[in-house]
Amino acid sequence: MVQTLNYLKESPSQTAGPYVHIGCAPNFASMKMYDGDLGACMKTGPIKGQEITITGQVLDGTGTPLLDAMIEIWQPDAAGLFPSVNETRGQADPNFTGFGRAASDMNTGIYEFETVKPGVVPWPDGRMQAPHVLFWIVARGINIGLHTRMYFSDEKNANAEDPILTRLEHQNRVPTLLAKKTADGVYGFDIRLQGPQETVFFDI
Amino acid sequence: MSLIKKQGGFIARDRNRQPDAYTPEYKSSVKRSPNAALVSFPSSISEETAPMFGHSMLGELDNDLIHNYARAGESAIGPRIIVHGRVLDEHGNGVPNTLVEVWQANAGGRYRHKKESYIAPLDPNFGGCGRTITDEDGSYELLTIQPGAYPWPNRANDWRPAHIHFSLFGSGFAQRLITQMYFEGDPLIKLCPIVGVLKSQQSVDALTALLDMKHTVPMDSLAYKFDMVLRGRRQTYFENRNEGK
Ligand SMILES: [Fe+2]
Repeated sequence: MVQTLNYLKESPSQTAGPYVHIGCAPNFASMKMYDGDLGACMKTGPIKGQEITITGQVLDGTGTPLLDAMIEIWQPDAAGLFPSVNETRGQADPNFTGFGRAASDMNTGIYEFETVKPGVVPWPDGRMQAPHVLFWIVARGINIGLHTRMYFSDEKNANAEDPILTRLEHQNRVPTLLAKKTADGVYGFDIRLQGPQETVFFDI
Repeated sequence: MSLIKKQGGFIARDRNRQPDAYTPEYKSSVKRSPNAALVSFPSSISEETAPMFGHSMLGELDNDLIHNYARAGESAIGPRIIVHGRVLDEHGNGVPNTLVEVWQANAGGRYRHKKESYIAPLDPNFGGCGRTITDEDGSYELLTIQPGAYPWPNRANDWRPAHIHFSLFGSGFAQRLITQMYFEGDPLIKLCPIVGVLKSQQSVDALTALLDMKHTVPMDSLAYKFDMVLRGRRQTYFENRNEGK
């Protein structure tokens, strides 16, 4: 008999379903709980860097906005530091949580985050990545949360050297990862789950 | 010279363990599933870090769904159960200090939500929402009522088995996971198209909690044990110049 590899297996994912708000954003679901919803506010005081708004919709394969999605983002502060126990490079801005959670509006499907423009962080080989925000999308009909990244269309030079953007096989899909500046400090980022403009999703 | 144990990047997700995006028996997935292959990359510090949530943010009743929405002196209706277990990584290490959020229907199978229209009544003392943070060894515990099964619009007569939704963080955003816990012996498990997206009986078993008589409180509450596993990171005793800069 050979030995066995005693690794555990990751728990299988199941859909968040249509009522994800009850557990993850109860106040959005009209229940007064927890002194507010987790991730609703990413700034807990005066913050360093350029404050920005990220807004958009999550669209299905027919172009219909999802009205029951939950979107989470994770990003470093303006100096490129994460407010995390695993951050060993320095102390992140104490007034920035790095984590945002928003529900799609139940009528329009629009989500919105008030955050800060992220600084740059390294790739494992030491090169710098272009400024980016991690996105994670769950909803009814999504069996396992979808990971993607939002980059900034006004960071042309950094994007042109980014280790991920430059290595995408289908370069014509890069624009699906770029947020468009729609006003001063406002970036529009729609996520298309399916179709010709389908957003690039990652297995990282 | 000594060798230092280093954390590497996240071990690649076993996609045979995870449901596909397109699962037509679960109709909502049809137009909400990406067609293109996921693009694979190694993790970087963006995915190897995650938000911190401290025990201090928890209210006293956050993990007690029987009382956290109830009027003073009252409690939610339904069979009282303790749900407990550990959050582990693939190496079997407990995942400490990680946020666990749950939501569920009431004992009649009704959710407290604007978009919910099932005929079963709301329980004025039950919100259906709870949370806790794991201990140093990854343990967690919730007090709640056994949720009811409920019908849902999919095929003409689909019912969800009793279940509790779980949301988990871990120490890296790559570990983020939402799943559901089922109850041992529920005959609806094998009929459910959402359970049906799982690719193997082992996967179904991994989400099915067992009655745990050793953890019950006599004359008070039954108990179910439900462990969950998050992705692990590569571990090496060798310095790797490409990692952890
Ligand atoms: Fe449910």
